[in-house]
Amino acid sequence: MRTFIVLLQKEFLQIRRNSFLPRLIIAFPILIMLIMPLIMTMDVRNVNVAVVDLDRSTTSQRIASHIEASEYLRLTHTTTEYPLAMDALEQGLVDVIVQIPDHFERDLMVSTPEQISITANAVNATKGGIGMQYIVQTIARTLVELRGEKSPTKLSELVTIENRYNPTLNYRHYMIPALMIILFILICGFLPALSIVGEKECGSIEQINVTPVSRLTFTLSKLVPYWIIGLFVLTIAMLVARLVYGLSPVGSVGAIYLGAALFILTISGFSLTIANFSETMQQTMFVMFFFIMIFMLMSGLLTPVDSMPEWAQRFTVILPPRYYIEILRSVYLKGTTITELWPNFVALGIFALCFNTLAALTYKKQA
Amino acid sequence: MGAIEVHNLSKSYGKVQALDCVSFSVERGELFGLIGPDGAGKTTLFRLLTTLLNPDSGSAEVDGCDTAKDYLAIRSRVGYMPGRFSLYPDLSVEENLQFFAALFGVTIEDSYELIAPIYKQIEPFRTRRAGKLSGGMKQKLALSCALIHRPNVLFLDEPTTGVDAVSRSELWDMLSELKECGITILVSTPYMDEALRCDRIALCNEGRILKIDTPEGIVRGFDKRLYGISAKNMFALLEKARTAEGVEDCYPFGEKHHLVVREEFDEAKFVAQLGDIEGLQIIRTAPTIEDMFIKLMKR
Repeated sequence: MRTFIVLLQKEFLQIRRNSFLPRLIIAFPILIMLIMPLIMTMDVRNVNVAVVDLDRSTTSQRIASHIEASEYLRLTHTTTEYPLAMDALEQGLVDVIVQIPDHFERDLMVSTPEQISITANAVNATKGGIGMQYIVQTIARTLVELRGEKSPTKLSELVTIENRYNPTLNYRHYMIPALMIILFILICGFLPALSIVGEKECGSIEQINVTPVSRLTFTLSKLVPYWIIGLFVLTIAMLVARLVYGLSPVGSVGAIYLGAALFILTISGFSLTIANFSETMQQTMFVMFFFIMIFMLMSGLLTPVDSMPEWAQRFTVILPPRYYIEILRSVYLKGTTITELWPNFVALGIFALCFNTLAALTYKKQA
Repeated sequence: MGAIEVHNLSKSYGKVQALDCVSFSVERGELFGLIGPDGAGKTTLFRLLTTLLNPDSGSAEVDGCDTAKDYLAIRSRVGYMPGRFSLYPDLSVEENLQFFAALFGVTIEDSYELIAPIYKQIEPFRTRRAGKLSGGMKQKLALSCALIHRPNVLFLDEPTTGVDAVSRSELWDMLSELKECGITILVSTPYMDEALRCDRIALCNEGRILKIDTPEGIVRGFDKRLYGISAKNMFALLEKARTAEGVEDCYPFGEKHHLVVREEFDEAKFVAQLGDIEGLQIIRTAPTIEDMFIKLMKR
């Protein structure tokens, strides 16, 4: 136990001595939490729309003005010639073209009119796709309005929409938990590995290996400092989320910290295992990057696991971040309790145990 | 029972045989030198004896403990100073020493009088980071750290490589002092001149030990006549001398060539055979350890 404390003191002394690490540990979470939620948004705004109005009626004008009034759409061109609008689309000035056919208003009154055609630039699939949906909604609303003016029941009130848990459908509230996990992966995934490989590179690990320090003690002394740092980073991130974005967890903070404690252990143990197999910093960095890409893109941090192909969904079972993101999102947004999430906590616990045992076993020293 | 007993130790890295059936023993309180060129297997031997590596076959005992079975006991009884500086460059001199003392459960004060002759020289710089020390001071710090827990056996792997001549000589003085304290010392060096400071030496090459004896004994074992020859054109001299009658071997040795000759060699005849070579000098010379090493290596 005394040896462990001595090793721990040495680790913290080295972190403090480093001119870069202490600043990184404080500045990195703050910067990521301040800037990234503003940038990483899937809300599509500023969709440029051209209206090709062949009808020139009050209905078509009403559609155009509704497009103009939408906070997501921007009416940039109004024309009567489709080729002109198409040119603008090709030049990238316009994202979606709406063509209202001739006699649309008249036909609407008496029979089924010719269809309104919508052409979207789908190079940016998200913008094209979501932009198109906004247009369809806008047109539908206009038509409902028109009908409503002519009939006693107001159709618009037939449908009500409610977004549970994230009432304003704020994309940031969905992303902030993911950012916290990315912070853990970057800080607690890289630093312990670099710390061990650093000792290999400067040769001091050789000197440690001829002392009676056991490999378990040494591995723990590399693990615990980053565990403490990880929880500190979580605290900063949660404070920023609350102060800047007004997002505080609906559920218990304890559940979040318990999950974090297990998740950091998992990711640090994983990183130590990689470090044990590497000889140089470059090797460690590249191998870690490989796994971090998989963790970030496949664990449901950025895109929902449910929309992945069947085989990929099955694969996510072995990705630890998948379990913690579920905990973090449901505790933060829904207020789910530990009792309901117990399978996730158990999974994280098993991962933590496995990776750290592996880290201690693969450490190359006799016993 | 010696302080170090090595029985038929072998170790290979893939196809490279680093150590090939090496056996020797070192008495308690002895200063034992491993002399050999780079790649002779010296570092591998150190790593085996300090329990950093497991041998392929054979066994070794250090301070009465088997390196395979009692490795934990060995670790608290030996001090090891690797060839490369391997303390924490970002910790200060004092912090490094305190750290290693604490790992062995001792304090600097406990062993102060043992390390004092060495540590006093770097104590004025105790707040300086170890990475910022000069080469000689780094060696002194490393030696202090290796001694902090009062080891019975001290392993020094090429402690004088890359160190200036004055520091080298100082280091050997320190080793002699440590020997007086009863510490067994196994030291390796590629420099033949340092071998004279050891009690006994083992000449090694390509994973084998060629000969073990006292430095005097090794030199005495050189039973051939030896001449130092020089001339204006040293290269031509070497070529011609090698083909001359009665010459066993001729090789460059510092600013002269050393000429090893057989019984029938005659100096006058040799000079005549060389023909006209400008500034020829030929002097009978006493053999050194290096001559013996070259002889053993060629056999």
